[in-house]
Amino acid sequence: MSSSNESTQKTVTVALVLCLVCSIIVSAAAVILRPAQAVNEKANMQMNILQAAGLYDPEQSIADQFQIVTTRLVNIETGEFVEDMDAERYNQRRAAKDPSMNRELSGDEDIASIKRQAKIAKIYLIENGEQIEKIILPIHGYGLWSTLYGFMALEGDANTVAGLGFYEHAETPGLGGEVDNPNWKAQWTGKQVYKDDAVALRLVKGGANRSDMYGVDGLSGATLTSRGVDNLLKFWMSDSGFKPFLDNLKQGRI
Amino acid sequence: MAKTKELLFDPVVNNNPIALQVLGICSALAVTSSMSVAFVMSLAVIAVTAFSNLFVSVIRSQIPSSIRIIVQMTIIASLVIVVDQILKAFAYEISKQLSVFVGLIITNCIVMGRAEAFAMKNGPLDSFIDGIGNGLGYGVILMVVGFIRELFGSGSVFGIEILTKVTEGGWYYTNGMMLLPPSAFFIIGFLIWGIRAWKTSQVEADEFKIAPNSKMKEA
Repeated sequence: MSSSNESTQKTVTVALVLCLVCSIIVSAAAVILRPAQAVNEKANMQMNILQAAGLYDPEQSIADQFQIVTTRLVNIETGEFVEDMDAERYNQRRAAKDPSMNRELSGDEDIASIKRQAKIAKIYLIENGEQIEKIILPIHGYGLWSTLYGFMALEGDANTVAGLGFYEHAETPGLGGEVDNPNWKAQWTGKQVYKDDAVALRLVKGGANRSDMYGVDGLSGATLTSRGVDNLLKFWMSDSGFKPFLDNLKQGRI
Repeated sequence: MAKTKELLFDPVVNNNPIALQVLGICSALAVTSSMSVAFVMSLAVIAVTAFSNLFVSVIRSQIPSSIRIIVQMTIIASLVIVVDQILKAFAYEISKQLSVFVGLIITNCIVMGRAEAFAMKNGPLDSFIDGIGNGLGYGVILMVVGFIRELFGSGSVFGIEILTKVTEGGWYYTNGMMLLPPSAFFIIGFLIWGIRAWKTSQVEADEFKIAPNSKMKEA
């Protein structure tokens, strides 16, 4: 290393040139790869929606399978469809961070520990003619380490569970991470959500009775994750969540 | 030719970055609970070490020594971002599992250490090979740890079931601790013990002598 390298001028020049070259490389990579990443993200989300509804078939292309699904927006408070917004472009998770599009939850109400809830939810319907066959609702809430994001799929009667799945969480692998276990997820199918108009679906520590229509096994070794799942379920199925919408559906008001 | 071979394979056993230099432990704990993730992480680290060594070596005579660490970091960070973007575009599932740990390659001491200790003093080709070699050394340990953790923690290897788990109706009770990061500490500890028992030249001299215990007396 010659001493000419040590001058201030040289130092500044090297730093500037290096930063320029590196930033060009990084931004070029980001721009060129962006379309491929967007396709992956979209396909991943669609796959999760189909999996929650129990309709995913790995043999077929995700985009083809997703054609039966309609994306709709629902006003959580009134439980009615929102028609004057583009459902495809709406991002519920972004809305949950934007104070103009969400509401703050009080401590008592916020059993799922999400602090703010978007006023409008993005839901997915699978229809057969006029008849709704499946309703897929986005749910999220805090577990042990992380917020679990997932989908809850209900049958057309808005009471029977068609499936449940989380697509994003950072729970302990092998313990709370077992929310991804296919055997555990399979238990949800066919369970009932409401009993006498109140949320009765719950996780049972130590294992639910097989004949219990409202109980699913808690996750062994993951008390806090199980409690989180239980709470977020109660929250999203209650009046603060999708109950007004589901009631409207059941009574044929929308 | 002999030198190339030495550069490439010396870091695998004789001068392993994890086992001898004890660098890069953090990510070795975090990404080894499944083998496929550990494998992709190894590839990413090999790519980053090799290319950062290459680029640092190419411009080594131009780097003012007062900002050399920052220059190396900038090159490493740029490469890591590119690798992260490529993974997100072509291996989305794996990149989701690796999540933050790809970004943390930037702070992996192996990459930085090779840029500073080797690439600043050697030609581009040698530096490139040295980078691959050290990445390999890191990768080998990762794969061994990943194999043990996945086999005993999830009963599978590369996601293919070997031991049928009780939860799947089989006989194998999974070892939950193997899925948690501390188990990697134990495994790496045993590996270092094994390697040093085999290659006794790696055993370090005591830095101080432990004094004998004071004599037991009646209280």
